[in-house]
Amino acid sequence: MLTETDKYNVVQAPPGVEGSGFFATSLDKAVGLARKNSLWPLPFATSCCGIEFMATMASTYDLGRFGAERLSFSPRQADLLMVMGTIAKKMGPILRQVYEQMAEPKWVLSMGACASSGGIFDTYSVLQGIDRIIPVDVYIPGCPPRPEQVIDGILRIQDLVGKESLRRRNTPEYKALLAQYGIE
Amino acid sequence: MNKEIIYTGENKFIDPVTGQEKEFTTLNLGPTHPATHGIFQNILKMDGEVVLDAEPTVGYIHRAFEKIAERRPFYQITVLTDRMNYCSSPINNMGWHMTVEKLLKAEIPKRAEYLRVIIMELSRISDHIICNTVIGVDTGAMTGFLYLFQWRELIYEIFEEICGARLTTNIGRIGGMERDFSEIAWKKIHKFMDEFPDKLREFEKLVTRNRIFMDRTIGCGGISGQNALAYGFTGPNLRAAGIDYDVRVMNPYSSYQDFDFKVPVGTNGDVYDRFMVRGQEMWESLSIIRQAIDKMPKGDFHADLPEFYLPPKEEVYNQMEALIYHFKIVMGENDVPVGEVYHAVEGGNGELGFYLISDGGRTPYRLHFRRPCFIYYQAYPEIIKGGMLSDAVLTMSSMNVIAGELDA
Amino acid sequence: MSNELLTYISEKLKAGIGNGLLKAEMAYDFPVFEIERDSIHLAIKLLKEDPDTDFHFLTTLCGLHYPDNKGKELGLMYQLHNLPKNHRIRLKTFFPVQDPTVPTITDLFPAANWMERQEYDFYGIKFQGHPNLKRILNMDEMNYFPMRKEFPLEDATRTDKDDTMFGR
Ligand code: SF4
Repeated sequence: MLTETDKYNVVQAPPGVEGSGFFATSLDKAVGLARKNSLWPLPFATSCCGIEFMATMASTYDLGRFGAERLSFSPRQADLLMVMGTIAKKMGPILRQVYEQMAEPKWVLSMGACASSGGIFDTYSVLQGIDRIIPVDVYIPGCPPRPEQVIDGILRIQDLVGKESLRRRNTPEYKALLAQYGIE
Repeated sequence: MNKEIIYTGENKFIDPVTGQEKEFTTLNLGPTHPATHGIFQNILKMDGEVVLDAEPTVGYIHRAFEKIAERRPFYQITVLTDRMNYCSSPINNMGWHMTVEKLLKAEIPKRAEYLRVIIMELSRISDHIICNTVIGVDTGAMTGFLYLFQWRELIYEIFEEICGARLTTNIGRIGGMERDFSEIAWKKIHKFMDEFPDKLREFEKLVTRNRIFMDRTIGCGGISGQNALAYGFTGPNLRAAGIDYDVRVMNPYSSYQDFDFKVPVGTNGDVYDRFMVRGQEMWESLSIIRQAIDKMPKGDFHADLPEFYLPPKEEVYNQMEALIYHFKIVMGENDVPVGEVYHAVEGGNGELGFYLISDGGRTPYRLHFRRPCFIYYQAYPEIIKGGMLSDAVLTMSSMNVIAGELDA
Repeated sequence: MSNELLTYISEKLKAGIGNGLLKAEMAYDFPVFEIERDSIHLAIKLLKEDPDTDFHFLTTLCGLHYPDNKGKELGLMYQLHNLPKNHRIRLKTFFPVQDPTVPTITDLFPAANWMERQEYDFYGIKFQGHPNLKRILNMDEMNYFPMRKEFPLEDATRTDKDDTMFGR
């Protein structure tokens, strides 16, 4: 039990109207708060960055502190697609399929130079950035990024998730964005 | 198990035991399966839970290392080698530097070689920690992973102090080290050497004689020594099958002949043996590091190779000669001998070889990497045939197949 | 030591394949033998099965491409190892790019299977008798052999590289 809350960083309730026995706030905020602090990441780790991700998940850095403890290896239950490592052209269609299988709302984090832009591998076999096939929300630079950077990236994603309006995924802008990538 | 299975139709086969026709299922494992620790695809033919046949597909992170290497000057290739076996990048770096030094016929001072040995053995430990704890995770012993990774971080901190990076290290230069170890680095190494043995012992206590672990791993995914040789196994996987081939002993490089260490071997080549061989190797690595620290000679940390070794920055700014060499190195105008060399080091997974052809130009004419994973992973279908599906997963993690090395 | 090995092996090879042995020389610490394509399989077989030489371990094999060597553009390098005696040798064979066929050695070394597939993938060298010769690392749809010297390294789909200011 967290009794001495001042020692820990506990998420505060969103602003709202409080009275004896009730608390009113907007649904957006409450849902955003819940979503933000219980992300289920899908680690799509292909190469070196994946090892650094392992270090992030392990005891010293412990991503679990930010509510992203539960790795979801099934795309259907995941909220956050974390692409870590080089994506070769052979892998591209698979990455896209995984993205399509994820249920809305979904976010994408691209970790490392390779996933973001092809990195040092400007070659015939490497996809020059995953944003050619799927939309990306947050890019983490580095080769590989330090675990602190990964955590920072997750926090940026959390900001996005917390502030997102419930209707965003139904807007024509969002549909147009997906259509750009040819995703239904 | 060793009998050829006869397929009679689209999804039918003849059960070799009963002689009756049966149906098999096709199972697609990967390429993004959580149990595969990387990007491997296997199309399995299953009879119930027994694997009849497997067809691996690789190449999902093919990055064209060999092609890039033909377009990069020698000193820039270190960066590529980092990303090959990323669990133990420094060994790859050193292997590459030694290959070029062999081409140049350079003499490396003892101190540089000893420093290299320390780094290489540290990275061997970090490689084996990953493999062994992941075997633990796959058998349900998550504790070991979470526990030993704390001390693996210490190794990363040492690397960070020495070269500035954690994972993709780029340690060392052609001709030696880029700088000597700092006071802080030595302190960190000593700290690691003091703390790690206890923790490793604790981890071993937790796992090695654990009944569940032993029942799970003994006799699972075994390969005979004969077969292992035929399939080109090297490194811990070959030694687990009972063949004591270690490049460090056979063709000593970087002064390994000065150190006293054992080469652990197994008997059955199964998951347990691989685990034990890797575990023992960590102890041997620790002892090598200790010997290297004790015997550390005084002297220079790099060879006198002005044509290849970047001069210190102060000299570049103040002296003509250093400036010229700096310019020549960076612009790639140095004279490389024509010739071809092969140099092998004992990487985390086995014999990591570099075959370099130089035509005297700025870049290698051809550079071929002998990647141990790529060669031994082709035996995987052979090993898992006739076993359970869950054993197949365990076998893969115990073989320590690193995707970056596999696909180059 | 290595020079003795060189003469020893070249005598063995001469006895076995006669004129198939084109060249024998030392390259740094390695004895290197150049062998005609028609004799390469026999040579490797002899070296493997002769109890005196006993090269039972295939370290690696890789393709080579020398576009300027007319009639010998493509090549293969094999590296064999005798573990107990710690003898290592390298064999090479060359053939024209129009007819890139070599006999496979998968019947001698199962380890050669993927190595040969890789060289097929990179150089388009066709290994006769290989059980499953198809691309291994690249996509099946690829229609050229990327490691040949004439093909570019860079990804052709990139548009952000502007060469006007740099002599790339
Ligand atoms: S960004 Fe760097 S560390 Fe990450 S996958 Fe690419 S090469 Fe590896």
